[in-house]
Formats: sequence, C-alpha cells, structure tokens
Amino acid sequence: MADAPEGGGLVFKPMEQFEVGPIFGGTELSMFTITNSTLWLFLAVVATVLLLVVGTRGRAVVPSRAQSVAELVYGFVYNMVVDVAGKDAVKFFPYIMTLFIFILMANFLALIPMSFSPTSQFAVTGVLAIAVFVTVLVVGFVKNGVGFLSLFWITSAPAVVRPILAVIEFILFWMRPVSHAVRLGGAILAGHALLKVFAGFAQITLAAPLALLGVIAIYALEVLVAGIQAYVFTILTCVYLKDALHPHH
Amino acid sequence: MEGDIAQMGQFIGAGLAAIGSGAAAIGVGHVAGNFLAGALRNPSAAGGQTATLFIGIAFAEALGIFAFLVALLLMFAV
Repeated sequence: MADAPEGGGLVFKPMEQFEVGPIFGGTELSMFTITNSTLWLFLAVVATVLLLVVGTRGRAVVPSRAQSVAELVYGFVYNMVVDVAGKDAVKFFPYIMTLFIFILMANFLALIPMSFSPTSQFAVTGVLAIAVFVTVLVVGFVKNGVGFLSLFWITSAPAVVRPILAVIEFILFWMRPVSHAVRLGGAILAGHALLKVFAGFAQITLAAPLALLGVIAIYALEVLVAGIQAYVFTILTCVYLKDALHPHH
Repeated sequence: MEGDIAQMGQFIGAGLAAIGSGAAAIGVGHVAGNFLAGALRNPSAAGGQTATLFIGIAFAEALGIFAFLVALLLMFAV
C-alpha cells in the first residue's frame, strides 16, 4: 500500500474503514474467524428477519407500520420480477427477494456511523454475482438444452456480422459476473471513501462548516445510492434470468 | 529516486483513470436526459420504462466504476 500523500499536513485515510479484521482479539485471519465483515453480514440477516418475520407476525388485515413496509417491499420486488423477467420467472421470486432485501439491509446498515460495509468487499459481492451467474447457466441449459447457446446468435442482425457479434456476446456473457459484482461493490466503496475524504476536510478550521454540509449532502446521496444499487443488482438478476428462460431474441 | 518516479506514475495514472468517471457521468446524463425527453413527449408510456432507464444507467455507470477501480488499484494495490 502506498503511503498516504501529505496534502499540506492533512491526513486522509479513506480506505482504513474497509480493513477486515477479527473482532474477538488476535490479528490472524483463518477460515472461520469472526471478522467485522461477518458481524455486519449477520446483522443484515437479523434486520431482514426483524422486518419480514417479526414485522409481519401479526398478519393483520390493517397492517402495522413494519408490516406495511414488508408488504411494500414484497410487492415491489414481485412486480419487478413479473415485469422484467416474465410470469414464468415467479418461481425464482424467493431467490430474487432474498438478494434484494439482503443487499438493501447490508447497504443501509453500512450507513450507520462507525459500522462496516460488507457490500463494499468484492469478495461478498463477488459471491452474490457468481451465484446469480451459475443460476443463470444451470437454468439456461436445463430449460433450453443446447438452445441456450442461441443467446449468442442474434438472428435480427445481418448474417455477415453474426459471427463477430457472437464472439462479442460470448465475451460479454463472461464479463457479467465481474461487472455485476464490481458495480455494487464499487459504488458502495466509492461512496464511503468519499464520505471519509469530505470528513477529512474538516481538519481545516475555516472549511469545517462547509465540510460538514458536504458530508450531510453526500450522506443523503449515499442513502439513495444504497437503495438504487440494491434495486439495480436485483433488476439485472431479473434481466439475466430472462435470458436464461427465453434465450431467443 | 526510482521509487519516486514509480510513485509519480501511480498518481498520474490514478488521476488519468479518474477521467473515466467523468466520461461515465456524461453517459448517465445522456441516458437520463433522453429518457426525460421521451417521457415528456409521451408521459403515459414513461411509467412502464423506468426499469429500462435504471438498467441503462446501471450499464453506463458500471464502466465509470471500472475506471474508479483502476484508480484504486493504482493507488493502493500496485
């Protein structure tokens, strides 16, 4: 790691917040060490359970506040799956709902000051993206057999360019998990690093009020980004699933 | 001395990679602006296309984040 640049005596350490370390003493990391990342991933699951299981426990006809939020999220994701991936993708709704609510909770919990953002770790987003990628591959080949490969053969294009397009589409297909993971991880990473950089400007006495306003503004933006990135991750999952279910363009 | 030049190269490279973020901003603005232009012509059809809007923005934004990632790698991983 390069030394932090000395920006006129100011100390910026925007990447320090992303360091993974064990929380119960010690410094060495092994396979099953409980790290701060593990803790906040676990808290995201707890928050999900609180909202979707405890919140809807009453099953009231006139919903409580928690139940209406849960119903809102459920309806939102359900409509997204039906609109984007089609009616026959509804059997994947539990998976997509899990992805959405988990990423949303992880993103929102990461916005608590002094917390850790697990979705900024490319290992976490990478696993989520690879899981989607493998699902699409398996569903595509099980449902369509070799016909799934027609995804790469774009019949609406002129016959001459079809082989070239097939090569490009093939490369793009393998880039999907990379861009899928990096989009979520990078957006959260960039946002949180930006917060720290703006907070660093408060070291200059004259600029401190301005830096505080900047942090508040960026924090508001980050709340928006947290929701939008969870939405984008799941909607792209729906798009990829649609490709697996209906590979013919 | 050699280390200094290497570090200078890192910082210049990271700064150049940051141009990509601006380019992605142009792309995202283009998508959103054209969506708005179309939506104002036919507001009744706009509601059903918000998913497409977000997919378009996500694809444009991903490339900007790749540029940001290159900058990060140059600053902290090289």
